[in-house]
Amino acid sequence: MEEQAMLATPLAHAIGVWIGALLTLMIFSFLYKDNPFYKFAEHLFVGVSAAYWMTVAFWTTLIPNLFARLWPSSMGSVLPAVADNQREWQYAIPLALGLILLTRLVPRIAWFSRWAMAFVIGYAAGTNFTRYLQSDFVTQVQSTMVPLYEPQATTMATIGNIFSQIVVVGGVICAIIYFYFSKEHKGGFGRAARVGIWVLMAAFGASFGYTVMARISLLTGRMDFLYQWFTGANW
Amino acid sequence: MKRTIPLLITFVVGFSLIVAMFVPHDPFHGLDSNFSIFYDVIAVFAFILGGGNLLKVHFNKVQNKRRDWKYSIVTISGFFLVLGAGLLKIGVPEGWSGGYQASGSLFKYLYDATFQPLQATMFSLLAFFVASASYRAFRAKTKEATILLIAAFIILLRPTPLGFYLTYWLPEPLKFLHIPNLSTWVLSVPNMAGPRAIMIGIALGIVSTSLRLILGIERSYLGGDSS
Repeated sequence: MEEQAMLATPLAHAIGVWIGALLTLMIFSFLYKDNPFYKFAEHLFVGVSAAYWMTVAFWTTLIPNLFARLWPSSMGSVLPAVADNQREWQYAIPLALGLILLTRLVPRIAWFSRWAMAFVIGYAAGTNFTRYLQSDFVTQVQSTMVPLYEPQATTMATIGNIFSQIVVVGGVICAIIYFYFSKEHKGGFGRAARVGIWVLMAAFGASFGYTVMARISLLTGRMDFLYQWFTGANW
Repeated sequence: MKRTIPLLITFVVGFSLIVAMFVPHDPFHGLDSNFSIFYDVIAVFAFILGGGNLLKVHFNKVQNKRRDWKYSIVTISGFFLVLGAGLLKIGVPEGWSGGYQASGSLFKYLYDATFQPLQATMFSLLAFFVASASYRAFRAKTKEATILLIAAFIILLRPTPLGFYLTYWLPEPLKFLHIPNLSTWVLSVPNMAGPRAIMIGIALGIVSTSLRLILGIERSYLGGDSS
């Protein structure tokens, strides 16, 4: 309780804001050139983020999905809801495979880790086989093939919809043609491939625009944080 | 042992998941969700492996006093500080039964003071590099580059007041050329057609690769004999 009280004080908050602001400035110092401050912040980021994701994975996956199923009574203090559950022995399999994966750190028996990798690959292949066929192939083809004419729409809306739908169907076909390399891109086939490039360029332009906006928004967020720190508003 | 068993595991796991899709009865019923949890658990061990490898690399650097070895101490210290704070739930008001990210915990404090600003600034730094990349990408030298430029420009103008004022005066029959409308159209039509074609291609590629993996034709994930 003492630690909690200490970290919840205004002083602790102010120190946290100062640390955050100084680390922000250290990262921005890279805009001038690579320097010791940036290297410090960069190396801290690597260590902190690795530990952060390991901790998140430990508490959100390992404890509820493994330990709470294999040793429910022992996990009562952490997850009171599972204390009376029955032990599920089948979860010894991922535990064994997980431990086998760690043999990768010991060169002499590193080949053992292939067993765990084989499970991961098998799972990914088995689920992706049906999942991608359903969601990314059949559904996408199906979504492209929609009626051109909507009787209840106004004339302008109808013309617009028909045009847009033709662009979508034509764009998808032309872009697929562009990715088909078993036939030389010449004549009508080549022209369709060229239209495919235009469609892809428009899509890449839109994605690029979005990426720029997202980064600028992050930048303004950091600038706002620094401004508040500078004026003492967020201390 | 080194090759046959992994190939067998891949085949049995992959094939049974495909069968489970078409035969939703015992013993295949629920196989997908069970294997999904198995997969998540193994992925956590992969995280541990990654952390172990990170420590191995940086401890080696410190031990051999290689270039910039002093910064490796920062990485190792940051790693152990956050990991200890999170795993031991230091400062969590409710103790072990409380959430590891509870307000007032050391883990939450370190997240707010270090991880969050470091991550946000690292990604915001990309805004400057994206700006210089934009300059190169937006030189409309070819027809393709012009299309890229126009699409990106319309998307970038949309949320700005300039985007609205540039075209708000257009008469009703030309309202579809109003920047916000045009931006919606770019997003819902060409931006859908292009990625859709890519998605269809990727799906076909993944399906064929999955089949090659399950049947043991593709074995590169096993590595060489020495590893």
